[in-house]
Amino acid sequence: MMTLKVNGQDHRIESEPDTPLLYVLREELKLNAAKFGCGLGQCGACTVIVDGKAVLSCVTPVLLLEGRQVTTLEGLGTVEAPAPIQRAFMEEQAAQCGYCIPGMMMQAQALLARNSRPTDAEIRAALQLNLCRCGTHMRILRAVHRAAALMRTADASTSRRSAP
Amino acid sequence: MALSRNIGLAIAGISIAGAVAAFAMVWRPAIAAIEPPAPQSFDPALVKRGRALAATGNCADCHTRRGEKDFAGGLPVPTPFGTIYSSNITPDPETGIGRWPEAAFTRAMRSGVDREGRHLYPTFPYDHFVNVSDEDDRALYAYLMTRPAARQPARRNELTFPYNQRFLIAGWKLLFLRQATWQPDAAQSAELNRGGYLVEGLAHCGACHTPRNALGAERKSAQFAGGEADNWHAYAINAQSPSPVPWDAEALFFYLRNGWHPDHGVARGPMAQVVSNLSSIPESDVRAIAVYMAAMFGAPTPDRKRQGEATLAQARSPSPDKGDAGAGAAIYAAACANCHESARPPPYGGINLRLSTGISSPDPRNLANTILTGVRPVQGERSPIMPGFAASMDDAQIAVLMAYLRARFSTQPAWTGLENTVAEGRRGQALFLQTSAERRNAPADSAQRDKP
Repeated sequence: MMTLKVNGQDHRIESEPDTPLLYVLREELKLNAAKFGCGLGQCGACTVIVDGKAVLSCVTPVLLLEGRQVTTLEGLGTVEAPAPIQRAFMEEQAAQCGYCIPGMMMQAQALLARNSRPTDAEIRAALQLNLCRCGTHMRILRAVHRAAALMRTADASTSRRSAP
Repeated sequence: MALSRNIGLAIAGISIAGAVAAFAMVWRPAIAAIEPPAPQSFDPALVKRGRALAATGNCADCHTRRGEKDFAGGLPVPTPFGTIYSSNITPDPETGIGRWPEAAFTRAMRSGVDREGRHLYPTFPYDHFVNVSDEDDRALYAYLMTRPAARQPARRNELTFPYNQRFLIAGWKLLFLRQATWQPDAAQSAELNRGGYLVEGLAHCGACHTPRNALGAERKSAQFAGGEADNWHAYAINAQSPSPVPWDAEALFFYLRNGWHPDHGVARGPMAQVVSNLSSIPESDVRAIAVYMAAMFGAPTPDRKRQGEATLAQARSPSPDKGDAGAGAAIYAAACANCHESARPPPYGGINLRLSTGISSPDPRNLANTILTGVRPVQGERSPIMPGFAASMDDAQIAVLMAYLRARFSTQPAWTGLENTVAEGRRGQALFLQTSAERRNAPADSAQRDKP
């Protein structure tokens, strides 16, 4: 039995330590944003964030994650109060079937955390391993730019508020 | 008085002679600049041949930086003496080679001197290019001079004193640059000689695969005994090869042409770019390289051959999991075995790790780099892919996994200092992946890569 920190909360995990994080999230913790796509770390649908970096949860056994911080899409925002990345994807209507979108958002979130003003080329490079078969790539690209702008504005307004 | 005057004169004479000799050794004249020749002035057939030769020489790999113009230079090349940035070899008149006549290009290839007469660092492998024929230099020149010009000034090298003094390169050349080091052997087949001409010349395989001495020159006595490229180990490709299954000409040809082989795995790191290029050149040249290199490996000893066959047999019918205990075994079973013990054949299923050269190699860096970064897909092509684990595993976890893989899948002694290797791999690979160009020159027939 191990402890897993997900979205800021500690969870006692019943699953075997070699269980992929994706199964623990979906089946044990009922966090269903991350999706099962290929199970081989090749499609990106299962992407979550661990200690600030994008990780493919289907090829990440939980035994690797003792003491580390897992963030899923549920941890970013809710339907009532969406995070900038979620708002941007909705506003750009970037989802068609939507299966790949949680992974796309987490990958983009990790990118924007280290690069607040990415170029098209940088977004494409970061999302290269996240596959979308509906073909909303251009909308996804716009959504990531929009999210970057939203986050910058949010930062600016926060710093204005905190200024004396 | 007379005696001391004579001594004085003698010393002066020797000093002057020494200065003249040194000047003659160091000084190279500038070659007059020309008006940039019009692209139409080159024979299209020559340009086309130059394209294949440039792919054989892997020119674009060092002379292109990710996200920037082809051949515009600027790629950082780490060396033990500091970082050297590659130069702009597009026909831009101000920042490239647009004003170079063919004679200046040939002189650079043969003796590492630029048009203005400055010595070039041997990171540019003219110690191999000295073997390239006049007509091949002409075709390369025609190809480069017909590329789109890109205005990109040279980045400043970051070298420590005294290595930042270019005149010292003249001394290096005196010691290590031999004219036409390679000669065909009349006793061998035309194919083998063609391979030798390419390997020892334009393809410059030894530049990575031969170890270097303290002054950065290849140690000819240890030719192909394993070297260095971009913080990857370039395996020994002679009798000392660490490959669990011995290479032969057929396997080499398949690997160099397709980028992978069922008994050896997938090319990665800097070699990925090389095989990507070799998929676009005439097949006969790849075959010639394979034949020559097979001769360099030499026929395996009966003992080595037997071991190779035993390893292959084990890999083809893997023994069931012995239920190994320990953190490394647990990580392998949970994160690696799903692909590496699947029934899917390579390159889409992972290779059985008994066959992995990285795990049997004396140098652990390639295994660390591969676990960290995985194998990136080639754009627009069906290609092998492995996810990287840099974000999900920490240094200690990767180190314990590597130690387990070494113990379980190789017959070699344990590595030491693995946590350091992994930490350095993180730093080195971050730079390599940011700056090295995307693989290009996808095969004309994109199905080629995955067909045995």
